Amino acid sequence: MDPFRTLTAIAAPLPMPNVDTDQIIPARFLRAGRDGGFGRACLHDVRFGPDGEPRADLPLNHPAVQGAQILVSGPNFGCGSSREEAVYALWDFGIRAVIAPGFGDIFYGNALKNGMVPVVLPEPEVAELTARLQAAPGSRLTVDLDARTVSDEDGVARPFAITEFARRRLLEGLDELDHTLSLLPEIDALEQQMRRQWPWNAGLPSPTPSSD
Amino acid sequence: MSAPLTMFEPLTMFEPLTMFEKIWRRHTVTEDDDGQALLAIDRHLVHEGSARGFEILARRGLKVRRPDRTVGMADHIVPTAPGRTALTGFQRAALELFQRNLDGAGVRAFGLGDDRQGIVHVVGPEQGITLPGMTVVCGDSHASTHGALGAYGLGIGASEVAHVLATQTLWQRRPRTMRITVTGDLGPGVTAKDLILAVIGRIGADGATGHVIEYAGPAIRALSMEGRLTVCNMSIEAGARAGLIAPDETTLRYVRGRPFAPAGADWDRAAQDWLGLATDPGARFDQEIRMDATAVAPMVTWGTSPQDVVGVDGRVPDPGQADETRREAMRQALDYLGLVPGTPIEGIPVDRVFIGSCTNGRLEDLRAAAEVVRGRSVAPGVTAVVVPGSTPVRHAAQREGLDEVFRAAGFEWREAGCSMCVGLNGDIAAPGERVASTSNRNFVGRQGPGARTHLMSPAMAAAAAVTGCLTDVRRLIEGRTG
Ligand code: SF4
Repeated sequence: MDPFRTLTAIAAPLPMPNVDTDQIIPARFLRAGRDGGFGRACLHDVRFGPDGEPRADLPLNHPAVQGAQILVSGPNFGCGSSREEAVYALWDFGIRAVIAPGFGDIFYGNALKNGMVPVVLPEPEVAELTARLQAAPGSRLTVDLDARTVSDEDGVARPFAITEFARRRLLEGLDELDHTLSLLPEIDALEQQMRRQWPWNAGLPSPTPSSD
Repeated sequence: MSAPLTMFEPLTMFEPLTMFEKIWRRHTVTEDDDGQALLAIDRHLVHEGSARGFEILARRGLKVRRPDRTVGMADHIVPTAPGRTALTGFQRAALELFQRNLDGAGVRAFGLGDDRQGIVHVVGPEQGITLPGMTVVCGDSHASTHGALGAYGLGIGASEVAHVLATQTLWQRRPRTMRITVTGDLGPGVTAKDLILAVIGRIGADGATGHVIEYAGPAIRALSMEGRLTVCNMSIEAGARAGLIAPDETTLRYVRGRPFAPAGADWDRAAQDWLGLATDPGARFDQEIRMDATAVAPMVTWGTSPQDVVGVDGRVPDPGQADETRREAMRQALDYLGLVPGTPIEGIPVDRVFIGSCTNGRLEDLRAAAEVVRGRSVAPGVTAVVVPGSTPVRHAAQREGLDEVFRAAGFEWREAGCSMCVGLNGDIAAPGERVASTSNRNFVGRQGPGARTHLMSPAMAAAAAVTGCLTDVRRLIEGRTG
């Protein structure tokens, strides 16, 4: 995972609440392999009309925001299905950070695991940023993970909160799995203790080979 | 941190704990000051969609650490046509990969043809694979379902699936706690589904974000296990990390005798342990919410989020009357649904009816729907399907003759699977079609591009099927028993 420190990039507004992961990547696109790229599928039915033509009135489709790496959206971004492909789709579309007043918990975790920064800002600040991006399409924002701020082109910085665990993981590109594997002795010890106390929670008997 | 003791508070040796904290503590390998914990996972349910997790595992050169705590079920992409004769190339490939991954790891799998097959969240409790007090994870967000048993159920993404496969643990940030206490009685024709839709309507689709919800109170205690599974299932639609209900006699009655449930002396110990999981008197929650079940009507969604919900006796809301911040989203939702503000909900015509999913695909759900359907026919022009949540549910329903009731009325009686809940298997509605659905998500495009979903209970969906429009089921059950 590539570390993330700071990013200055075009920010695209998607002023909708509850952008669920079914919208970020509709189920019919889930079949693709990871290598194929999910960029085209990203927000497909939001970006394109039933005729397959880009929706002209959508701020995200404005020519000036092409190449955006930051997305600014409404409350409860990424709610719904746990599909991690939602993060892959945004990533392949070029997005490296999403700014919203709140995120679905599972999406938030999935983003962190893939090096994408979920930035929570208060709703009025998100509304103000959105208005700014809509007034001047193609404007840039800076997400600074060291300083934990989002700044606009006028240099106004808005602080955001992120846990130290999440921040370190993003800054250092830490691999969670390696870290956990180093804790295997502790995991074994707890499992043994649990097996004594709650034996019914231990593993299932190994499957008998089926007769058919 | 607890508040300082006053002289009026009795000094006890034990700090009162919520049920959530009891389960959390049992499973914590390590926790830092930030609340970031490594949790031991008792059960990992995998399905065809978990293939991406296995892919990550293989890329890392890692093995499944605890095959005996992992169980696979084919549900998301399986065909549901009777006999399942025609598999598409995609379905065949996905099922082969599923079987290969699980066989290779020595993991038990309930594939097509296994008479325990079904939706992960139906099969887990049904087989006694998920039990009270456990931590349960699944690469499907409705893992919150298992909370009905008093298990901490978490939906996870592909990276986490790989992490659990490799380590049988999961990193979690300690959630906040919310208790929703429901008093009063649900009226006739009003079900657990209506209750949870009313809860989501009240607190919003992100009302419980970062929280685990414990449902409590007499109206929850009065629910059957099936009803509790429905309630906990949809916790995620309020943004909750998980839902929980304290184990009680209803729980014990449900679990006892299930194939993988403890038996003999273990049963007695387990049952005692489970009853002790209940939240201690005096334990504190970060948020407390109270609701009155008596006030809940049969509910129907009118928009594209489960929070967009109204009583069936209500009308399509007017964005003009709404809070300014919600207005635009409401307009877009109504536009997608093709609804005009002020229209009475009753009488809106439907094209399709879907009864099934991990929310409402259990025997009690099918019974409730059949009760409404019995002696009636599906309205002309309406396509109605019943997709049981599991093969055992399907067989049990057939033993009761429910399949005959549905077929006689003109319903299709399908094989078990997720089907039109997510449409991954190809069961979708056409653009613009209006669906009365017992599933859990009315998102844009969830049931197919352009498909218009109205969420409701099985009885309400049955009422829509036989009348051809959204209908207050209470009208149809008057004078009928049950
Ligand atoms: S029925 Fe729907 S929500 Fe339930 S497991 Fe299947 S796809 Fe997920």
